[in-house]
Amino acid sequence: MATMTPPTTTPAPPADRSPAYRPSSAKRVQLWLANHFAVLTAVLVLLYLFLPVAYTFAFSFNDHGKTNIVWQGFTWEHWQDPCGVPGVCESLVTSLQVGVISTVVATVLGTLMALAMVRYRFRGKAASNLLIFVPMATPEIVMGAALLTIFVQGFANIGINLGFTTIVFAHIMFCLSFVVVTVRARIQSLDPRIEEAAQDLYASPMQTFWKVTFPLILPGIAGAAMLAFSLSFDDFIITNFVSGNEATFPKFVYVASRRGIPAEANVIGFSMFVIAVLLVVGAQVVSSLRASKK
Amino acid sequence: MSALAHVAGDPAVAPPPPAPETKKRGWTAYLLLLPGVLWLGVFFILPLVQLASVSLQSRYPGFPGYYYRDLNFENYVSALTDYAPHFARSFLYAGLATFFAFVVAYPLAYAMAFKVGRWRNLMLICVIAPFFTSFILRTFAWSQILADEGPVAAVLNFLHLLPGGNIINTPLAVIAGLTYNFLPFMVLPIYASLERADPRVIEAGGDLYANGFTTFRTVTLPMSMPGVLAGTLLTFIPAAGDFVNMELLGPQRGKMVGNVINDQFLAVPGGYPVAAALSFTLMAAILVMVFLYVRRFGTEELV
Repeated sequence: MATMTPPTTTPAPPADRSPAYRPSSAKRVQLWLANHFAVLTAVLVLLYLFLPVAYTFAFSFNDHGKTNIVWQGFTWEHWQDPCGVPGVCESLVTSLQVGVISTVVATVLGTLMALAMVRYRFRGKAASNLLIFVPMATPEIVMGAALLTIFVQGFANIGINLGFTTIVFAHIMFCLSFVVVTVRARIQSLDPRIEEAAQDLYASPMQTFWKVTFPLILPGIAGAAMLAFSLSFDDFIITNFVSGNEATFPKFVYVASRRGIPAEANVIGFSMFVIAVLLVVGAQVVSSLRASKK
Repeated sequence: MSALAHVAGDPAVAPPPPAPETKKRGWTAYLLLLPGVLWLGVFFILPLVQLASVSLQSRYPGFPGYYYRDLNFENYVSALTDYAPHFARSFLYAGLATFFAFVVAYPLAYAMAFKVGRWRNLMLICVIAPFFTSFILRTFAWSQILADEGPVAAVLNFLHLLPGGNIINTPLAVIAGLTYNFLPFMVLPIYASLERADPRVIEAGGDLYANGFTTFRTVTLPMSMPGVLAGTLLTFIPAAGDFVNMELLGPQRGKMVGNVINDQFLAVPGGYPVAAALSFTLMAAILVMVFLYVRRFGTEELV
């Protein structure tokens, strides 16, 4: 979201209303509703989006017994020791590790692909396009199932068993297409003549890339990395197939849901939400401060 | 295809400047592509080939979990006959969820693009933020909200609007869960395509004496079509393959195809071949639908 640029269209001038025009009060209410219908609905939809998050937050204080389904009383206990339940923090660490490794690899590979797709003409471009598109149009359960069969029947023979490594392999794969598409959109919006100008000024291709192209597409790369991390961090379906005995945070929660999710998981889930929001808002503030300095 | 780019990234990307054709040729492109293509080859194409081969394997009678290479099309017959109701439910529930998500998402995207001014970045953050609370936790929260003793069932029962008396463990709860979980995937692309549209064009509709609905139908909606298309695909595809919402919110009987695939792979010994056949059928069905749909409604922007 740090990548937001001002809209390209200038806002329209306010509608010209002659002072003689005075609608009746019923008409005025109708007009107000018509004008604000979209905004009112939007606010309701946002409340709807946040309702389960609020529930997760509230039930992180529940003094629950075996299951954390019905409200039983208030306690700080779960916030004082979020790692108190075996497995929950271990799974969070696994998720963060998987997320960081997958994000780095997928972002690098995806950015290279995006550069090739926009800046070059070559044989096999249509096929490459299809190869990038189809993973996004494939249901996760099919990808998970396919990966499970190859990991169990193929990779296990060369010593790679289901676990941390196979989770990372899979996450890089499904993040890759989304990175390509995101970065490509950014490169497409650049004027190639800027790069030509650099070359006209005797910059080598490497200098052109690092001094001109890269800084310009960096916001797109950052957006793609954020997207990749959130896709990886929240993935359950594919992870469930390829993880063996390893547990990521979503898998921990899902497995726990059969006998009751401990409130410590709510603490961690809600904290991740707060951290993410703070990071994004912080990035926004920094980028708007920079923009206003210019 | 670039319509899918709306989802992620750069909702405010300006249309590419009209530049002279200056694309480079050469081997560099292949070098840049190679690592990514290899990765997709090994971890996407190869697994699908293996899945196809598994879907034709037969099991050794009496040895669950052991298969031999075969051309056993029985697995597909079983997938299409025994599990036809599961496929039907998956597509029906996913289709309804996609429709409801569209109805809910459009006003939000519209308000973000045209009505809220400088609040739009904040609203964008609000749309994405719930993602960071694991979707399983949020779906579990829905199971509490929709539970018999929860607020929604209480209100509906008070108004005598709920014939069965409960929402949780019914298909209704599953559709509600699917709608909720994939809503941001509908909002973001629609917002991105509306955001690129020129609001003056919409005003022109009003100036030409079109009423609000006519303007929406003939001007606004067509302008946002690439986003609507991407949004419906990004909602329908994951919803049709989902099993988590059914597992946490749905009834004991009458599952979706995702649940069958999941159980056959992970819980039923010797279930691999039929599960692989089911997966392949699901993927083929979805790809056919996607291509027909894109052909019918698509702009040159997609694929």
